[in-house]
Amino acid sequence: MRKKRLKKSVSPVYLSLVLVFLYLPVLVVVVFSFNDNPARNPTVFTGFTLEWYRDLFKNTRGYWDALAVSLELAFWSCALSVIIGTIGAVGMARRMTEGRANFAARAAEMMTTLPILIPEIILGLAFMSMFYFAGIPMGMTALVLSHTTFCVPYVFIIVKGRMAGLDPALSEAARDLGANERRVFTDIILPLIRPAIISGAVLAVAMSLDDFIISVFLSGAYTVTLPLKIYSSVRTGVSPQINALCSVMLAIAFLIVGISKLAGRKRNADKA
Amino acid sequence: MKKRDARKDYILMAPMALWAIVFVGLSMVYIIAVSFLKSNNAMGFTYQVTGENYAKLLNPTYLRILLSSLSQALCATVCCLAVGYPFGYLMARTKKKTRSVLMILLMAPFWTNALIRIYGWRILLMADGPINLVLTKLGWIQEPLKMLYQEGTVIFGLVYALIPFMILPSYTAAEKLDRSLIDASRDLGARPWQSFITIILPLTTSGILAGCLLVFIPAIGLFFINDLLGGGKLINVGNLIKDVQKTRDLPLMAALGVVLLAVVGLLLYVYQKLGGKSSDLNVF
Repeated sequence: MRKKRLKKSVSPVYLSLVLVFLYLPVLVVVVFSFNDNPARNPTVFTGFTLEWYRDLFKNTRGYWDALAVSLELAFWSCALSVIIGTIGAVGMARRMTEGRANFAARAAEMMTTLPILIPEIILGLAFMSMFYFAGIPMGMTALVLSHTTFCVPYVFIIVKGRMAGLDPALSEAARDLGANERRVFTDIILPLIRPAIISGAVLAVAMSLDDFIISVFLSGAYTVTLPLKIYSSVRTGVSPQINALCSVMLAIAFLIVGISKLAGRKRNADKA
Repeated sequence: MKKRDARKDYILMAPMALWAIVFVGLSMVYIIAVSFLKSNNAMGFTYQVTGENYAKLLNPTYLRILLSSLSQALCATVCCLAVGYPFGYLMARTKKKTRSVLMILLMAPFWTNALIRIYGWRILLMADGPINLVLTKLGWIQEPLKMLYQEGTVIFGLVYALIPFMILPSYTAAEKLDRSLIDASRDLGARPWQSFITIILPLTTSGILAGCLLVFIPAIGLFFINDLLGGGKLINVGNLIKDVQKTRDLPLMAALGVVLLAVVGLLLYVYQKLGGKSSDLNVF
């Protein structure tokens, strides 16, 4: 009896232990953002303060400029990759339903999704050297081109997955009732794949904001993205302003995840 | 039903295909080509075909870094498997509600920068950091433990950063597993470890294979974990390639990149031979 109860508690204990492992450093970053220790490398918590947040909002160290660069970059990469990836996925899915995904279509799909499997460090090196050769200056353009390249596969895969789950009878019915291709797309397909497009877009933004390795190769002198800025500040020591900044970013991230989950739940409830 | 014009589908696919050809295909062809050209040590090359870049990689310094990066990535993969697979499996067996909460908790760190989380570990592991403080207060240690700047810590950081990529495919595979098969094996007298080896393991192999690939590939190049937790003393292939802006020997680094590409290609080949599907690699 006792043994059985012990066995039953193994699973929740293990799951929680791993979650503690996942969240411990996040928690530390947040706690130390309120640390009132003025030492150069404060690792001991001495008291509560909001000083670092005040410091952060004064923008003495250019964190907001870096955030602006990152947001601009994320916006363009997201917009481009959503357009390219969605249109591509729709075309691909239609080829598939006709059952004749030929060599060219499959090759295009493989090439598009390849960046998922190539280590980022190699992508970064390859983009840098090729852009250098092509005369594209390092900076926003180079960053947008590269980020779009690694975001397209995710948008493509998500939208294509949704397209594969659509009932082809819906489009056929619309066509039989006289709708032309454009109306079938705007009135039938687009509303049905909208959730997938939104998840693809959110993922693209997250990937772009998070990217550090590829951006290292492509940022110019005036286009320092937020991860690059964070990296140069924490590389050697502890910086309480960075802790404050990270806590703000964490709060925003959790808010976005929470809202999208709630929206998802509402969507499911509507369907039921 | 009207027959649709197939050409239209190709027109829709064209921008994506073109983008992939230019930015994925061409850039890969480009570094492969550069790796066979003679370096001018100023981020450029002269048009002279040579194999000397690859010969230089056989230099013990480079060879050691390459091998240690691969062994680091391998260690990280094995640890991720040991910790992440049970998590994925147990998670698949929880109630539906718990599962969706766990999923959110698992995905949420994804939306924050990996740098930040590794930086959190850096604070925790410092000589006068919270972990040493707690251990000293408890009287378990006299001297603070030197946890930063060790190879084991770098591997720990890799495991930490990449473990979701092991958990998610393991979970997906375990969720598809038909519970009644396990029950049947138990009814027929199999011990728990027997049903694990004969039923659970073979039926979740797809998740294990995908997880290993998804951890190993990025682990080769994650240089910032070496910087933040290894203090720059320990260098991996990623650090080497990143520093091309300082060393300015582009063809040599291209050759190193091509070697890594070959390693990845080999792994993908093995993955496919072992029956892995490419669709299992899409965890999002």
